Amino acid sequence: MTAMTHTIGDSATMTRRNLLRLRRYPSMTVLLVGMPIVLLLLFVYVFGGQLAHGLGDRLSGGHAGRAGYLNYVTPGVLLLATSAAVQGTAIVVAMDMTGGIIDRFRTMAISRSAALTGHVLASLVQTLVSLVIVAVVAIALGFRPDAGPVAWLAAVGVLALFSFALVWLATALGLAAKSVETASNTPMFLTLLVFLGSGFVPVATMPVGLQQFARYQPFTPVTETLRGLLTGTPIGTNAVAAVAWSIGLALASYIWAVHLYRHRRPA
Amino acid sequence: MSVARRPAIVAAGVRKSFDEKVVLDDVDLTVAEGTVFALLGPNGAGKTTMIRILSTLIAADAGRASVAGHDVADDPDEVRAAIGVTGQFAALDELLTGMENMRLMADLNHLDRSAGRQRVGELLDRFGIADAAHKPVSTYSGGMRRRLDLAMTLVGSPQVIFLDEPTTGLDPVSRRTMWDSVRELVAAGVTIFLTTQYLDEADELADQIAVLDHGRIVAMGSPDELKRRVSGGHVRLQVATPDALRAAVELLEGASCDAGELQVQVPTDGTVASLRRLLGLVDDAGIEVEHLSIHTPDLDDVFFAVTGHATDEALALP
Repeated sequence: MTAMTHTIGDSATMTRRNLLRLRRYPSMTVLLVGMPIVLLLLFVYVFGGQLAHGLGDRLSGGHAGRAGYLNYVTPGVLLLATSAAVQGTAIVVAMDMTGGIIDRFRTMAISRSAALTGHVLASLVQTLVSLVIVAVVAIALGFRPDAGPVAWLAAVGVLALFSFALVWLATALGLAAKSVETASNTPMFLTLLVFLGSGFVPVATMPVGLQQFARYQPFTPVTETLRGLLTGTPIGTNAVAAVAWSIGLALASYIWAVHLYRHRRPA
Repeated sequence: MSVARRPAIVAAGVRKSFDEKVVLDDVDLTVAEGTVFALLGPNGAGKTTMIRILSTLIAADAGRASVAGHDVADDPDEVRAAIGVTGQFAALDELLTGMENMRLMADLNHLDRSAGRQRVGELLDRFGIADAAHKPVSTYSGGMRRRLDLAMTLVGSPQVIFLDEPTTGLDPVSRRTMWDSVRELVAAGVTIFLTTQYLDEADELADQIAVLDHGRIVAMGSPDELKRRVSGGHVRLQVATPDALRAAVELLEGASCDAGELQVQVPTDGTVASLRRLLGLVDDAGIEVEHLSIHTPDLDDVFFAVTGHATDEALALP
């Protein structure tokens, strides 16, 4: 077999291993999928009635009251689901790196990148599954996107690309963490970024300083692009910004992760 | 042991420091193919670091090393294809079953499906894990983990195997089983490089022993050669009365005594002539000896002789 088929084969083996691990460790997945669902219920049923008042027709997709807020907040909650899922990525990567098995892999004649690729692909699958679950719950609650097939496809593409970037970032954070506990904490700022953007309320309602921050952080253009594709709000330059942020973040995180993996100091 | 065999492992002038701390200081060693080499030393002597360098996990600061004819720095992939490593802490996937761990190794060794299954089945049987093969590793005992760890290492049929403290923390039965496995592997032509802090383990298994202390090799040779280098042999005489004890200590050159136990220790080179001379002296002086025992030097004596401190003392260092 050539080096290339080894690389693909080893990556597939590692991906299978990580998916199997996720199945054997279901409590983490349940916790990480449960968090965005709980927040979705909380925001729609506790705050939604009040928050819907300020939205207006344009942002609520033409739905009145609580249903209108559900339509507004779902793209934000989907990003919350991604942020939560990649917390799991950081945890499983750190579990591997702090355990003995990674040294076994590193002393075997397998493709160097396979261990990381396996984590990234398995995490991407897990993130997408978690996104589907959250989307189904939102639809069950009354989320009614008016997107056509092309817009849906584009929305899935944007979400998948951004998830890919966050998975690589979480992989790097997991590699950088000295312990599994640290790794489970460091990606939490991602969840916060959903709130400090246009995930739950329009940026325009925030104080000026916060508005500046919210406008120029990656979650806002991604949220706005998703919202526009699914519910027809204006997208403008957000699509370009979302794709640029995703590619940039993925590339920078990839370089960081590979650097950390190669220069890992023995425990 | 045969000196004519070509070396499986060669290290020359290997140095490694972490921050300011020198862990390996100019280490040279050669291991002949198909033999067992034991790197013996207390905790913190640099044993694990040496294995990490030879198994391509970390780079040496200076010096060269080659394993199975390949340079560890220049051709790490060729080295990795030839070696198997079983570390000090079990390198297993806790969430998977023993079988799944083994299949993972078969896949990563690029064995085809049927060859892989056959090899995995053989090894699970040989190491007595077949019954527990479908249970998660997290339920395994310490001895079973170590056996599975070694079985996983063997899936790829390595020519050179590194065992980092293979029996630390194991019960006596598991320890014997591990020793038997090592002997079987060597009989099949595999080269074994092991580290240990147990002197009896090195004595039991190794063709060559190197004593590592604070990053330097302070002695090297076969177990017998090492034992011959120290004059730790002595005769112990058990006497009946304090008077006899005093008389014996005055009479015999180099004697030391344990007054509480009424025992006298006299150095000896272990020859029959010297023993006859000793007994002659004791008889002529009319000292009654109740019991006599001869102690040949063991590796503890070797360690003390070459490092100037006992293994226990070194173990207590931070």
